[in-house]
Amino acid sequence: MTHEHFDAIVVGAGPSGNAAAYTMAQRGLKVLQIERGEYAGSKNVQGAILYSDALERIIPDFREEAPLERHVIEQRIWMMDDSGHTGMHHRSDDYNEQKPNRYTIIRAQFDKWFNRCVREIGVTVLCETTVTGLIADEHRRIIGVQTDRDGDGIFADVVVLAEGVNGLIGQRSGLRKELRPEDVALAVKEMHFLPQDVIDARFNLRGEEGVVIEAMGTVTDGMIGTAFLYTNRESISVGVGCLVSEFAKSGEATPHGILDRFKAHPSVRALLEGAEIKEYAAHLIPEGGYRAVPDLVGDGWIVVGDAGHFVNAVHREGSNLAMTTGRIAGETIANVLGSCLACTRDNLQAYVTQLQETFVMKDMKKYKNVPRMLEHGGHNIMDIYPRLLNRSAQTWFRVDGRDKKSKESEILRSARQARGLTGLLGDAFRLARAWR
Amino acid sequence: MSDERVENRLFQNRYVVDVGRPHIRVRPHEVPSRELVAMTRVCPAGCYSQNEQGQVEITADGCMECGTCRVVCAKTGDIEWNYPRGGYGVLFKFG
Ligand SMILES: Cc1cc2nc3c(=O)[nH]c(=O)nc-3n(C[C@H](O)[C@H](O)[C@H](O)COP(=O)(O)OP(=O)(O)OC[C@H]3O[C@@H](n4cnc5c(N)ncnc54)[C@H](O)[C@@H]3O)c2cc1C
Ligand code: SF4
Repeated sequence: MTHEHFDAIVVGAGPSGNAAAYTMAQRGLKVLQIERGEYAGSKNVQGAILYSDALERIIPDFREEAPLERHVIEQRIWMMDDSGHTGMHHRSDDYNEQKPNRYTIIRAQFDKWFNRCVREIGVTVLCETTVTGLIADEHRRIIGVQTDRDGDGIFADVVVLAEGVNGLIGQRSGLRKELRPEDVALAVKEMHFLPQDVIDARFNLRGEEGVVIEAMGTVTDGMIGTAFLYTNRESISVGVGCLVSEFAKSGEATPHGILDRFKAHPSVRALLEGAEIKEYAAHLIPEGGYRAVPDLVGDGWIVVGDAGHFVNAVHREGSNLAMTTGRIAGETIANVLGSCLACTRDNLQAYVTQLQETFVMKDMKKYKNVPRMLEHGGHNIMDIYPRLLNRSAQTWFRVDGRDKKSKESEILRSARQARGLTGLLGDAFRLARAWR
Repeated sequence: MSDERVENRLFQNRYVVDVGRPHIRVRPHEVPSRELVAMTRVCPAGCYSQNEQGQVEITADGCMECGTCRVVCAKTGDIEWNYPRGGYGVLFKFG
């Protein structure tokens, strides 16, 4: 193996690495993929919602074989205070379609399947192997990788860094900066098992239908973060995530404490009652947005997925950006090598140019000011507004002999009290500007 | 359902421990930095603790390799962090 030369080496077998490896092998390249886990997926954590479109562009008939849990027919968005929630539910029978748009999945199983497809199309996959460094030539071009197995390295025309958010190789090689605690969220998650019919009954589901709940509010103790609850076939994924900078700041909050608080919340408790917990996992999520995207190409290297900070935190999209960046990187490399050119920074730049044309960069740019807005106004959004909203809802829905006009005034008054008129207008302005 | 200490949760997880080769080390210190002390609370696996002298120690057996401590302590240089050797460490069945 050590003296063999590859067209491309892919570091990592998550969705981005699998997409890149698959695409390149499909176009006839000789590809080696290296994964540190015992099998692809054994180190990976996700909620997890799979967005069909991104995978369909790589494996059009994935639905026939991929381990999918439920297709999503209902989305619940909750603003929580300590005793309840106010929110929006959207459900439609239209989502019971031939080719559903979103599925819940279990990442360890999904990645294993995706990686099997990668092997079947001809990629050499080396698991249980950690890449420990990049090898450069005298012109500082990347020409291969060093691993923790014996040997003098493995060589290739280009190295695809699909190493995920905690990407030590790119960082230690100086290709990108260290992550800032403000730019990453720490998420913890548990798998709660229940019989399928119990889940169906609790969530008003039939067959393969699924529900996802995204929540924010006082559960995160004022920290910038969100909670989620996704229905799988025979399990429920429950998790919370908050910015690492918020956790590190001070106070008493622990990640598992926040998770317990969410699980014990009156709106959630009964949904999980009697479940058997079979796993507890933790992972980072890159949430710095467009401004945190590092250099994506250089001489002999290209970055995809979480390592490139490709996550749209507002819409909870990551795996689809990972697959799309992986696919486009793979296509770019195949084009460059197919034209008998070298994988230089200039030639690989086509990858970045093409990303600009897709939803990936367009969405990243659209929300580029959201992280900053949260840094400044996050506490209000996570704490004051959810309280206000739930209090107002109570005022409105309780029938207590007071006339509706007085109730309206009370709601307006309490909003003004909580944030002041300038505060309210300022928040609205900042939100609108960040959303634009 | 709630409380459950971290250890009880980790009990559900599968690990292949690389005995004698911890992948995270805390640099010896007299007085720990604020960041290092924060890790006794922020580590989702409860790997960090303070000894009687107030120094922060790590037992990385239950580590889920999230990287949080690495990011929090990047500036202080308190921690030496590497991925475990290939095949070792946490092994998620579901993820
Ligand atoms: C709790 C949580 C919930 C999420 N929910 C959603 C969701 O619902 N929908 C969605 O689309 N996205 C979601 N995301 C985001 C999504 O999981 C990521 O964007 C996606 O996994 C990124 O894929 P990736 O291939 O870039 O990185 P990863 O999936 O992290 O894969 C990186 C791979 O590289 C390997 N690796 C790393 N370093 C080395 C090395 N040195 N040597 C060898 N191998 C190495 C790792 O073992 C891993 O297999 C969520 C994330 C989290 C944490
Ligand atoms: S990597 Fe994560 S789980 Fe492991 S010790 Fe650091 S904070 Fe704890």
